[in-house]
Amino acid sequence: MISQLSWKIGGQQGEGVESTDRIFSTALNRLGYYLYGYRHFSSRIKGGHTNNKIRISTKPIRAISDDLDILVAFDQESIDLNAHELHTNGVIVADAKFNPVVPEGATARLFAVPITAIAEELGTSLMKNMVASGASWALLGLPLEVFNKAVEEEFGRKGAAVVEKNIEAVRRGAEFVLEQAGGPLEQFRLEPADGKQKLFMIGNDAMALGSLAAGCRIMSAYPITPASEIMEYLIKKLPKFGGTVVQTEDEIAAATMAIGANYAGVRTMTASAGPGLSLMMEAIGLAGMTETPLVIVDTQRGGPSTGLPTKQEQSDVNAMIYGTHGEIPKIIISPSSIEECFYDMIEAFNLSEQYQCPVIVLTDLQLSLGKQSCEMLDYNRIVIDRGKLASDVPPLETHAQFKRYELTEDGVSPRVIPGEKGGLHHVTGVEHDEIGRPSESSINRKKMMDKRLSKLNSLSITNAIHVDAPHEEPELLIVGMGSTGGTIDEARVRLEEAGIKTNHITVRQIYPFPTELFEPYADRASQIVVVENNATGQLADQIKLNVGCAAKVRNMLKYDGTPFLPSEIYSRSKELV
Amino acid sequence: MATFKEFRNNVKPNWCPGCGDFSIQAAIQRAAANVGLEPEQLAVISGIGCSGRISGYVNAYGFHGIHGRALPIAQGVKLANRDLTVIASGGDGDGFAIGMGHTVHAIRRNVNMTYIVMDNQIYGLTKGQTSPRSAVGFKTKSTPEGSVETTLAPLEIALAAGATFVAQSFSSDLKQLTSLIEQGINHEGFSLINVFSPCVTFNKINTYDWFKENIVNLATVEGYDPTNRVMAMTKLMETNGMITGLIYQDTSRRSYENLVPGFSQESLAHHDLTLSEDDFNGLLKEFK
Ligand SMILES: Cc1ncc(C[n+]2csc(CCOP(=O)(O)OP(=O)(O)O)c2C)c(N)n1
Ligand code: SF4
Ligand SMILES: [Mg+2]
Repeated sequence: MISQLSWKIGGQQGEGVESTDRIFSTALNRLGYYLYGYRHFSSRIKGGHTNNKIRISTKPIRAISDDLDILVAFDQESIDLNAHELHTNGVIVADAKFNPVVPEGATARLFAVPITAIAEELGTSLMKNMVASGASWALLGLPLEVFNKAVEEEFGRKGAAVVEKNIEAVRRGAEFVLEQAGGPLEQFRLEPADGKQKLFMIGNDAMALGSLAAGCRIMSAYPITPASEIMEYLIKKLPKFGGTVVQTEDEIAAATMAIGANYAGVRTMTASAGPGLSLMMEAIGLAGMTETPLVIVDTQRGGPSTGLPTKQEQSDVNAMIYGTHGEIPKIIISPSSIEECFYDMIEAFNLSEQYQCPVIVLTDLQLSLGKQSCEMLDYNRIVIDRGKLASDVPPLETHAQFKRYELTEDGVSPRVIPGEKGGLHHVTGVEHDEIGRPSESSINRKKMMDKRLSKLNSLSITNAIHVDAPHEEPELLIVGMGSTGGTIDEARVRLEEAGIKTNHITVRQIYPFPTELFEPYADRASQIVVVENNATGQLADQIKLNVGCAAKVRNMLKYDGTPFLPSEIYSRSKELV
Repeated sequence: MATFKEFRNNVKPNWCPGCGDFSIQAAIQRAAANVGLEPEQLAVISGIGCSGRISGYVNAYGFHGIHGRALPIAQGVKLANRDLTVIASGGDGDGFAIGMGHTVHAIRRNVNMTYIVMDNQIYGLTKGQTSPRSAVGFKTKSTPEGSVETTLAPLEIALAAGATFVAQSFSSDLKQLTSLIEQGINHEGFSLINVFSPCVTFNKINTYDWFKENIVNLATVEGYDPTNRVMAMTKLMETNGMITGLIYQDTSRRSYENLVPGFSQESLAHHDLTLSEDDFNGLLKEFK
């Protein structure tokens, strides 16, 4: 029996690849397996090759696999493009209709199933994805009832007749392939899963859910890949809590509307990707200057400009750190798992109110859109801290104003929500004094700059870095952020087997850089390899800038639009040692 | 109840003596008192320009934002706390050049708030460049040979964008202006009030006298019906937009907050943020 397996379905966009994947993985999730999904798609709605890959495991996994066990193909293109991933024992389940052939050099076993024919016989070719997924499920020898339950949920809305037809399609696909194969394939027999209930979701859904849990009640946003799912989730849920998503005319409006709503006391967020973040820069500066809380999610994708909108990249680090003009306090955190996508949003809202500054949550396409297993989320970990939010403030003397920018020891001033009688004050992006009135005085300017920038001196985030450091003096300290953590860990297992000692740090607090926490691990390593999906080594530059170890830092870069594979990190690390 | 004096603060505006913006400030203060507001119930959100300083000169909650973005900030404030009366204000450059996209979409969105444009047909703060409201041939620092671009007709655009309240006034007519601001505040939905507000320093063409000679008060136009959108459009076209008074009002359309499904009738800012455990567990279901 095996402990993990990879399954992929490929076809033309709009052909049912998504729904097949959804049903297949829901069923696996119910059985308690750990799953990690990868979507290959392009900026087209219909047509164009697309594929979804799921890795199935009895243990937690956070990376795509190097190879593939089962490929379900709706067309020859899907075979031609993906067969090279199949390992020698692999299997292709393909529609007999297009007379599938196994490409030269590939050793995979082909099952040509009359997928379209069966579907049409049952009434509509639309059901061919059910035939195909039924066939591939049967090869795994997993219980069909669980699969049928997932089918039932997918089609339940359409009535019992539709459900029944689809279940019949699944059964027919399974039946056909089992007859050909002579039963489930032994090489794919998975060990039973731990049976623990898990969630299966994309990072964007986890962040949206995290925002709801954090008390976010307004989102203002403009659609963009790969951020839109956040707004789509909240559009469905916020009305139940009295809130709403405003689809604004652009990202400038999205960010400034969020500033207005936060100023007025409602936890409000926006989310976008690089192009939208570029438009928000002036607004981020306004939030910094006016000390207005603001939470922004940047789901990184291939840049620059429109770049590779549906592909993986981590190239916004510099833009997020340096993007705004002038100097403001700003916090950038980067979740590296689905769980963190959820909890980090709660923390982001708290930090934005505690430090009264913009907080950017930086993810990447693979984390935002890759569907993954997630340990059960813990209600008790939802803690809301609104910082120095004053209420019941005493009444003001005539013409007096509330000291919204009162100089305090930690730089953070009490904040009141408009509407409070004793809280009248003015807010401006112009340099201002303690009551928010414009001031050009040099003395005031210096005081206010120092006040704002000093706020982050006391910043302390738990888990600013995630450390896995089994070695006192490793040959390599491998550093990453966002979605790469799981891939790095898999590569490390192989490196360890090859006798190479590695430690691993995932940087969660990107800015301000957690130098003190990072430094001891840097000191002890012979070399520091920074793994990142960009062309210039932006995270590596932050390490060089903040940690005194520039000579030891090596770049491991990938910017072809695809995520790292464990084998790539393994072989490139090996070359370094 | 607060009087207009309570909407004054002791800040001396940095506008040039004679600037049209002074009267707009006074009109806002009077209108706020006349509709029965207390200072803490009013939020004035402004853009950047000479005009944008207005939020600092009214005793209320004030937010002086960035150039062209008063409207999205103001809409955010209103959505967060619908109990506040929200007035956004800024210059013609602010609202009809850099912020034009927001203006059109704020009109479409129809959030219940009032937008007052202080239209001096020029960029005052940056010391006299052409604005979208400048006349063709207008000579400024940026158009030394005279502007060749067509003058924007913002109120016609507003009508085309589905405005539910369109008015225009002149800063010399404090009475009319105050009344229109009151009507704008009382209107459910987005009210746009464009105010001719002479820049005495940089605009030597569109002066107080020039406006007095060229504008027609709709109160003197017999048979004018501000509920008739076609009539409003026709009148604006006929007069090249040189009319003052209530140009158009549609009271049949509800404001955004009242149309958005599920949107809270109470101020969201005063909601309890906590999610119940039941709600949380319910939300997890779809991911199992
Ligand atoms: C993004 C940005 N671009 C340019 C400016 C410079 N700027 C400040 S006010 C202004 C125009 C002011 O004209 P208007 O909006 O008509 O206001 P007025 O001063 O006439 O009242 C400009 C261009 C700025 N502050 N921000
Ligand atoms: S420059 Fe013009 S608009 Fe600005 S304050 Fe002076 S008169 Fe008013
Ligand atoms: Mg102007």
